[in-house]
Amino acid sequence: MPMIMTKTPVREQDPQVRRYNFDEVCLGYNMEEAIQEANRCLQCKKPMCVTGCPVNVQIPQFIAALSEGRVRDALQIIKETNNLPAVCGRVCPQEEQCEKQCILAKKGESVAIGRLERFAADYFLDEEEPVDNLPQPNGKKVAVVGGGPAGLTAAADLAKLGYEVTIFEAFHELGGVLIYGIPEFRLPKALVKKEIEKLKNLGVKFQTNVIIGKTITVDELLGEEGFDAVFIGSGAGLPKFMNIPGENLNGVYSANEYLTRINLMKAYDFPHSHTPVKRGKKVCVVGGGNVAMDAARSALRLGADEVHIVYRRSIEEMPARQEEVHHAVEEGIIFDMLTNPVEIIGEDGWVKGLKCIRMELGEPDESGRRRPIPVPGSEFTIEADIVIMAIGTSPNPLIKATTPGLETHKWGGIIVDEETGATSKEGVYAGGDAVTGAATVILAMGAGKKAAKAIHEKLSHQ
Amino acid sequence: MYKILEKKVLAPAMKLMRIHAPLVARKAMPGQFIILRVMEGGERIPLTIADYNPSEGWVTIIFQEVGETTRDLGRLEEGDYIKDFVGPLGRASELDGFDSVLCIGGGVGTAPLYPQIKYMHEKGTKVDVIIGARSKDYVILEEPIRSNCSNLYIATDDGSYGQKGFVTDLLKQLIESGKKYDHIIAIGPMIMMKMVCKLTKEYGIPTTVSMNPIMVDGTGMCGGCRVSVDGKIKYACVDGPDFDGHLVDFDEAMRRSQMYKQEEQQKHDCNLLRMGGEL
Repeated sequence: MPMIMTKTPVREQDPQVRRYNFDEVCLGYNMEEAIQEANRCLQCKKPMCVTGCPVNVQIPQFIAALSEGRVRDALQIIKETNNLPAVCGRVCPQEEQCEKQCILAKKGESVAIGRLERFAADYFLDEEEPVDNLPQPNGKKVAVVGGGPAGLTAAADLAKLGYEVTIFEAFHELGGVLIYGIPEFRLPKALVKKEIEKLKNLGVKFQTNVIIGKTITVDELLGEEGFDAVFIGSGAGLPKFMNIPGENLNGVYSANEYLTRINLMKAYDFPHSHTPVKRGKKVCVVGGGNVAMDAARSALRLGADEVHIVYRRSIEEMPARQEEVHHAVEEGIIFDMLTNPVEIIGEDGWVKGLKCIRMELGEPDESGRRRPIPVPGSEFTIEADIVIMAIGTSPNPLIKATTPGLETHKWGGIIVDEETGATSKEGVYAGGDAVTGAATVILAMGAGKKAAKAIHEKLSHQ
Repeated sequence: MYKILEKKVLAPAMKLMRIHAPLVARKAMPGQFIILRVMEGGERIPLTIADYNPSEGWVTIIFQEVGETTRDLGRLEEGDYIKDFVGPLGRASELDGFDSVLCIGGGVGTAPLYPQIKYMHEKGTKVDVIIGARSKDYVILEEPIRSNCSNLYIATDDGSYGQKGFVTDLLKQLIESGKKYDHIIAIGPMIMMKMVCKLTKEYGIPTTVSMNPIMVDGTGMCGGCRVSVDGKIKYACVDGPDFDGHLVDFDEAMRRSQMYKQEEQQKHDCNLLRMGGEL
C-alpha cells in the first residue's frame, strides 16, 4: 500500500455557518477515519513523538491499538499519563510537540496524533469510570490550589497514588482556563465537565469558592488544615493593558473579562443567561496569541459585522496556533498586521475607534523575533465600538502577598526547581502559568505531573 | 450552598441577610466584600460586608434591589440557600491611627460603614456619623450605629427625618461650626462620594471612599473593575475597594457603572414578556 503523505481530513463546520454559532468547529474523526489515520503511523522503534509530549503519552502504542479498532485499550494507554485526553486532543499545540517530531512530517504531514487522541477520549466520554481499583489511602493529605489544567493533573496523579487530595478553586466551577478562557466552539464545556467529573471518581475532593490567599492562606493549609504538601496552580490571572489613552472607556475589555463573561458566565446566551456582555458591530482585538483568536472569533459569533486582529508584528511572528489563525481567516476575521494601537478614541465615554500606527520589522530582539518599529506619520484610525486587549497576563499576586517565604521573580512568577516544581518554601510546590506566565494547557499539565511525582517522592520518604 | 440564617426588610427594596459562611466570617475585616451567585446560571455580583461574626460563622449583607440579581436574592427567605458566596475580597480598610473620624453613609452605603464605625469605636477612636437617605423609611442601621459613635447626624432629601437636605449640607455645618476631624470616610452613591470629596478637598481633610464597580471574579483577573486613581489604573477588587477620594475619577467611574444599562433594560423587558406569556 502506498504511503499516504497527508492527514486524513477531519470534518469541520462550514465557516459561513459556524461564524454564527458557538458549536464546536472541528467535528472529529469517526471510527473508519480514525483507523485509516492510525494506519499511517510507522510504529517507529524509537518514537520521537513521545519526546515531544510534555506528559509522555505512549503515542505509538495507543495508535497501534486504535489501528486494530481497540479503542478502549487505546484510551487506557493514553490515560496512564494523561487524565484530560478529550481536552488535550483539542487544545494542545500538537504541531509544536508530538506531531512536529513525527517522522512522517519530514516528507509530508505527520500522523494526526491530536485528532486520534480526541477520538479515543470522546468514544468513552459518556461512560462512567470504574471505581473499583482505587488505591488504598496512604493517610497523607495534599492541597491543590486552583482547578485548572496544572491542578487537575497534579490532583489526579496524587489521588491515584493514594493521597487524599482537595482542590481549592476560587471560581464557582472547576476547570480554570478550560472553563473561563477557551471558548465553547473550540472546547465544549460539557466535555470539560465530564472529564473533571471523572476525577471525582478517583476520590479527589473539590472545594469551590475558596480563594487561597484570602479565604485560607497557604500557611493555614500546611498548619491547622493538616495538609502535608501544597501544590499551587493558580494560573496567570492579571490582564495586561497597554497604558495608552482611552483604555477605561466603556467598551474596552481585557480578553480575560470578555471571555470569562462569554464562557464561564454564558453571556452569549444573554438575556436567557444572566450575565451581559457588550455586542459590538465593529470589534478590534489587540494581540496575536490564541487568546486573541478566541476573543475575535467570539466577537464574530456575538454578531459583529467586522472583527479586526491588530498585531504589531507580522503573521509569521504570531504566537497563535496556525490552525486557529487559519480558522479565524476562514471565518472572515480581518488581520491588521504590523499595526500597533496608540490610543483608543472615545465619544461620550464610549469607544469610537482605535488609533493605530503602522510598524516595520527591524533587527531581531531578545525573543529572536524581528523587533517592530513604528513608521513615523503613519497613524490611522480603525472604527470600532469594542476594543479587546489580548496582550497577555501576569501571575496573580494574592498568594505571594500572603505566603511568607514564597519567592517569586520580579514579574511575579513563582520561582521553582524545574524538575520538581519545589518552591523556596518547604512543602510547597507550584506549576503552570503561576510559574511560567501565560503558556499552554499541556505545559501546565506537564508541570502538575512533575510536581505530583516530586511530592510523592518527598512524602513517601517521610 | 450557603444558608440564609436571617432575613429582614430594612427599608423599601432594601434587605438584610445573615448568611452562614464560616470561612468568610473567619477572615472578614471592615471594608471587605464578598461575591455571590444566587443560583445556578446566575450572575456574580459583589456586595460589601455589613457585619460578621467569626465564632458563630456568619456574615451579614445588606442590599438594595436594583437589578435582576438583587431582586432574585431578595425573593429568598430564611432557611433558603445561596448557591455561591466567596470572600472576603479586597483590602481591609485602614482604620488605625486616627483621633477623630467623620463617617458619612448614603443610602445602602451606610451598611459597609457600620463595621468600620464599630471597629474604630471599639479602638477608642472618636467617631461622628452622618447618615443620608431619601426619606425616613430609607434610614438604616440607625440604632446600632448610634450606640457605636459619639454623635449621629441624619439628613433626608425630603426632610421626613433629621435635617432636610444632603449629607454635604451637614458636613459643611459640622466643619464650619468648628468640628475637627483628621479623617473622613464616605460610602454611598457615586455622586454623593464625589460631592463629599469636592468639599473635603477644599477643607483639606483626607477622605477615603469605597468603590463598588462592576466586576466578575473579584480577584484581579478580569480587570472590569478598573478605576482611575491619580491618573493610574487601579483594580477595585484587589487594590481597593477603598481609595483616596481626592484622587478618584468619579465621572469615569459613574460612566463605567452605566456600561450595561441597555442590557439590563433588555433583560427586564425580556422578563416582562416572559411573565406576560405565563399569564
